[in-house]
Amino acid sequence: MAEFLLMAAGFVLAMVALGLVRILRGPSTADSMMAVQLLGTGGIAALLLLGAATGEDAVVDVALTLALLAAFASFAFVKAASDTSGQDAAAERDA
Amino acid sequence: MSAVLDVLSLIAIAAGAFFFLAGTVGLLRFPDTLTRLHALTKADNLGLGLVVLGLLLQVDSVLAGFKLVCIWLLVLLSAASVSQVIARYVRSSEPSR
Amino acid sequence: MIDLLNIGLVALILGLAVWAIVAREDFAAVVGFIAYGLLLTLAWVQLHGIDVALTEAAIGGGLTGVLLIGAVGRLRGSAAAVKVERSSTPVRWLAAGVSATVSGALVICVLAFPDPAPTLAHHVADNIADTGVGNPITAVLLVFRSMDTLLEAIVLLFALLGVWSLAADQSWGGRPGPQPQSSDPNGILAYAARVLPPLGIIVGTYIFWIGADYPGGKFQGATILAAMWLLVMMAGLTDAPPISRTWLRVALVAGPLVFIAIGFAGVLTADAFLGYPHGLAKPLIVAIELALLPSLTLVLALLLLGAPQRGMRL
Repeated sequence: MAEFLLMAAGFVLAMVALGLVRILRGPSTADSMMAVQLLGTGGIAALLLLGAATGEDAVVDVALTLALLAAFASFAFVKAASDTSGQDAAAERDA
Repeated sequence: MSAVLDVLSLIAIAAGAFFFLAGTVGLLRFPDTLTRLHALTKADNLGLGLVVLGLLLQVDSVLAGFKLVCIWLLVLLSAASVSQVIARYVRSSEPSR
Repeated sequence: MIDLLNIGLVALILGLAVWAIVAREDFAAVVGFIAYGLLLTLAWVQLHGIDVALTEAAIGGGLTGVLLIGAVGRLRGSAAAVKVERSSTPVRWLAAGVSATVSGALVICVLAFPDPAPTLAHHVADNIADTGVGNPITAVLLVFRSMDTLLEAIVLLFALLGVWSLAADQSWGGRPGPQPQSSDPNGILAYAARVLPPLGIIVGTYIFWIGADYPGGKFQGATILAAMWLLVMMAGLTDAPPISRTWLRVALVAGPLVFIAIGFAGVLTADAFLGYPHGLAKPLIVAIELALLPSLTLVLALLLLGAPQRGMRL
């Protein structure tokens, strides 16, 4: 069982890495925002699987913290990006 | 009994990993930012839900199981909100539409 | 199997570190840094350091990422000035050489550890029963090396003063952060900022409370609480407090003051600064943690908000 969980954790990590490569090569800011989302979901899955594989029960708390902080970081990202794009648009209008 | 639980966990986690694969394939192959966002949000969250389900069958205390369900609900809530916000940002920054 | 996973993890971490440095787009670089923090969390789990993994997930992934995002947002307006500031090529080569030397020296030191490495863990294990806490990390932080924790809390206050000192003269004492733009009170961000913080407060308090016997503690709990407060401020549902408010300043210093007071009380009752009398260790530890939690939350949130930008009248 532990071997299988480790394999699943490695697989999810590989999927996150692949997705990151695609997203981080994308030119737009929206791609970066999606990367934070991907990291949050995939990271929590990998974390839970790793914790179950190594028998550490406290990893569930780490995943809980990560869920909250990833949501917070995603919102901050979108807020910062839309604020700066609003500034750029306003600067273009003023210029 | 525990062998049955193990098999069920195996199936659930394998299905979850498959959905993660599907989500990443969607990310790599879909043409448009919004469709990629769709693939990311739907498939990955379903994958996480199945992984949580599989791990739920393995826990030995009610509190740990409760925390797992809380994690999944929290991720669902935040993913739903964040994907909406990202989609609106993408819409608002495409002037040609 | 597990070696393969660890090697893959290390490769990913190094790759992301390189990416975060060479990325062209600022936002992409910040995302690379957040991903790097997440992978470090996984690495800490593999090393069985769950407390550190918790702190890395909270601070490295969440708070530092948001700090960098805010910095990128502020730098956007002055992109031209940033480009002019780049150092000359010889300086950059020198910096690369020094970094490589330090890294090499660290690698050699770690590889040269005698096996088994020198450790005080058995001393902690022998004496942990007297402290009343079950988590050895908490025992080290709040009993055996409580002086370090006290100094850390004070250093955080000094860091906050440093950030505040960047304020323009006319903004001193005012509210940090720019004027909140009128955001839609029924929008998605406002909805999330109403639903998530209650959950976050419960989780943050839970993680603070279980720090006595399981991985957790006041620092990680304070980070979650600070993140929730910042989320509410980001949605425009509440505004940042002016830094001249008395309640803010009292709350900031109350934690370290309680810690220092207990330390001096230890001189009278247990013959040592920060000594705990027999049997009172657990209640005193709980008192210190309870006092430090609000101070830490305030410090972390204010550090992220930055220097005051609006005058006191606004």
